[in-house]
Amino acid sequence: MSKTITIDGKTIPFEDGQTIMDAAMAADVYIPHLCHQPEYTPHGSCKLCTVKVNGRNCSACTFPAMEGQEVLSETKELIDDRKKVTQMLFVEGNHFCPSCEKTGNCQLQGVAYHLNMLDNHFPLFYPDRAVDASHPEVMIDHNRCIFCTLCVRASQQTDGKDVFAISGRGINKHLIVNAQSGLLKDTDLDVNDQAAHVCPTGAILIKRTGYQVPIGERIYDHQQIDQVSLAKEHLNHGE
Amino acid sequence: MRQLIQCIAENDHYEVRHLLKMLRQIQAHYHYIPEAAIDQLSGLLKIHRTQITSVIEFYSFFHLSPRGQYELLISDSITDHMLGKQSLLEYMTIKLNVAVGAVRQDGLVSLDNTSCTGMCDQGPAGLVNGHALTRLDKKGIDQITALINQQKPLEEWPPELFQVDDNIYKSGLLLNQQIDQGAGIRLVLQRGAKETLQEIDKSGLRGRGGAGFKTATKWKFCSEEHQMERYVVCNADEGEPGTFKDRVLLNSYSDQVFEGMTVCAAIIGAQKGFLYLRGEYLHLYDKLENILVQRRQNGLLGNNILNAGLSFDIEICLGAGAYICGEESALIESLEGKAGIPRNRPPYPVTQGYLGKPTVVNNVETFMAAAGITINGCDWFADIGTEKSKGTKILSISGDCPRPGIYEYPFGVTVKDILTDCGATDVLGIQVGGPSGTFISNEEFDRKLAFEDLATGGSFIIFNTSRNILDMVSNFTHFFAHESCGFCTPCRVGTSLLKKQVDKIVEGHGSAGDIVALEELCQLVKNYSHCGLGQTAANPILTTLQRYPDLYHSHLKEISFEPGFDLDGALETARRMANRDDAGAHLAQTESEHE
Repeated sequence: MSKTITIDGKTIPFEDGQTIMDAAMAADVYIPHLCHQPEYTPHGSCKLCTVKVNGRNCSACTFPAMEGQEVLSETKELIDDRKKVTQMLFVEGNHFCPSCEKTGNCQLQGVAYHLNMLDNHFPLFYPDRAVDASHPEVMIDHNRCIFCTLCVRASQQTDGKDVFAISGRGINKHLIVNAQSGLLKDTDLDVNDQAAHVCPTGAILIKRTGYQVPIGERIYDHQQIDQVSLAKEHLNHGE
Repeated sequence: MRQLIQCIAENDHYEVRHLLKMLRQIQAHYHYIPEAAIDQLSGLLKIHRTQITSVIEFYSFFHLSPRGQYELLISDSITDHMLGKQSLLEYMTIKLNVAVGAVRQDGLVSLDNTSCTGMCDQGPAGLVNGHALTRLDKKGIDQITALINQQKPLEEWPPELFQVDDNIYKSGLLLNQQIDQGAGIRLVLQRGAKETLQEIDKSGLRGRGGAGFKTATKWKFCSEEHQMERYVVCNADEGEPGTFKDRVLLNSYSDQVFEGMTVCAAIIGAQKGFLYLRGEYLHLYDKLENILVQRRQNGLLGNNILNAGLSFDIEICLGAGAYICGEESALIESLEGKAGIPRNRPPYPVTQGYLGKPTVVNNVETFMAAAGITINGCDWFADIGTEKSKGTKILSISGDCPRPGIYEYPFGVTVKDILTDCGATDVLGIQVGGPSGTFISNEEFDRKLAFEDLATGGSFIIFNTSRNILDMVSNFTHFFAHESCGFCTPCRVGTSLLKKQVDKIVEGHGSAGDIVALEELCQLVKNYSHCGLGQTAANPILTTLQRYPDLYHSHLKEISFEPGFDLDGALETARRMANRDDAGAHLAQTESEHE
């Protein structure tokens, strides 16, 4: 039989080359994550998927599964701290769910509900960030960017373009686009590109599609993010 | 411009890995990186402009908007502050007529702060167009002001402004030894690579950067990789505030460092090595290049070293102002011409390092020690020190003592002995190992410097009883927030939150819950950050909070809650506009203010 690890005591098989996240997803075990999507090279930056591997904190999305690992994920400590990491993402940007078109479809919001986040906990940064509405069909609202680089990776790895990149250092990190003007309209982004649709928050939105699905009928309105994530993962496997 | 950029790119064979070097030249010429240069460079190197922009915006020494023709940066290390940096900076703003962080209207001069420049034994220090300035005082500022206003080229400035002294006060095993150029390489050839590695193994040498991984083990892992293309990297990105020993080693002992790198190359089978020199040590660059030329002429570098069929050469790469590049995988990214963002591990650099090839990264002092061990044998080293910490450690001592400089001690030396040697009196405490290390109080001077007790990369900053520990904590916490690469959430947001929270308490706005909140945040940043920077960024707070809880509590207001928002302060604009300042134009926010 194949090699195994345990996650919260449950035995889970894995194949060489799989990360802890890969193994968990395949076994229907949800580990919260935002910067990870199975179709792209793992990034390991949001740190929501931090699990304890043999006593050490590791990012499940990048850490290789190895025979006999004892992984802890749903401990009180990890759940509490994941909530705080999520709160950090909220206070760093300007995330006002009630006025955001992405509400109900937003993974940041979905994870926050999943982790029972009821307030910001930390003081808000209120950063001064711009909106780029120059492109005829796609807009960027930098206020909601969490620097997960999913758009960067999707553009490179799926679309075969390099529309996006992350620039700057530390708290001054920001999303930039590949155009001398710095504007999205001068890039070769197409509305059908994967990069235009991959954003887990409301930072990249498709114009003229707002509220087509009414609030109350959106992805996370009736399902928790863990169910959605696992179902989607299985769908991908089935293809 | 087109011709210059073309030339720069051509000289470096249009290789992307040289991007930092190219940008350094463009920045030096134009005092910023013009948009047109980015455009042209992206065409010449066949990379996207975003790749260039993200590198420019990552490193402190590159700018997208013009700086002054004379770009003045003043070191913001706590040691500079202790030497009167702040009042000097204010004096400069007046004399030079330029604000901190700004460019003077005529474009001639700009002034800003920069992280520790590694001149803590001869500060306040700074940089002008990248060249180190030492022992700044009002007289020196007057002189510099005049030179700038006369637009004198830097070559015509008096050399004493740039004089950097070694200040070696105590030599031991390493600093006393003289080795003949090539002696180590000859011995490796004589004895064999495997046997030399055994010698280094038996010496017990551990990495001198602070983490203390066993050197021979690292080299062995690398030599066992199946990939034959391998690299040796010397980490001279000495950015930990309060550390400057590598500056001295590279100034006066670089032959031994290069010898050690070559020994390593012979053992692991590398043909190429890099010295990653922090940008702040630009003043050492020409000297080091000359030594490399000399070594090539003497058959100690290049093809067929000592006619023994060994091929190895060393290239010097300059950093551009990023503390994080001292982290080995970030350093490798930087060597590849990228922003210094630490990689996910595994894989470790010994298996996939520079260009994905097996790479050994070691500290300057480690290579120097390895050269000594190769020549003198393992016992020469292992007979000194403690059980788990063999040999000696070179310390950079600064702060409140009459003789700041370089001291070499056998591992196991007590703090008390060090303080006696450097003449420090009336000591309140010491920051051992720099901001990422530990603060010890004057009740702990019997403790020993060793991996078993106080591990250190060499920084030793002394504070006397006239100092306020919270000033230090605040300086260090701001430093980490400034230097966080921003890759992971806990460090990017957490170090900024720590900064806000420490400021709140230090400025007297803290209340009962704030220390608990601070401690909780410290643990979060420490436990969840991606690399050593974030994992140690809370150390200044945690180690002082543990020792001086009363000090923190004494800064708190005697109320249960202090709002994070200053309501009355926010009304200031409205008062100014209404030209009012009566009682009715003010709002009280807390109980105590009502009284």
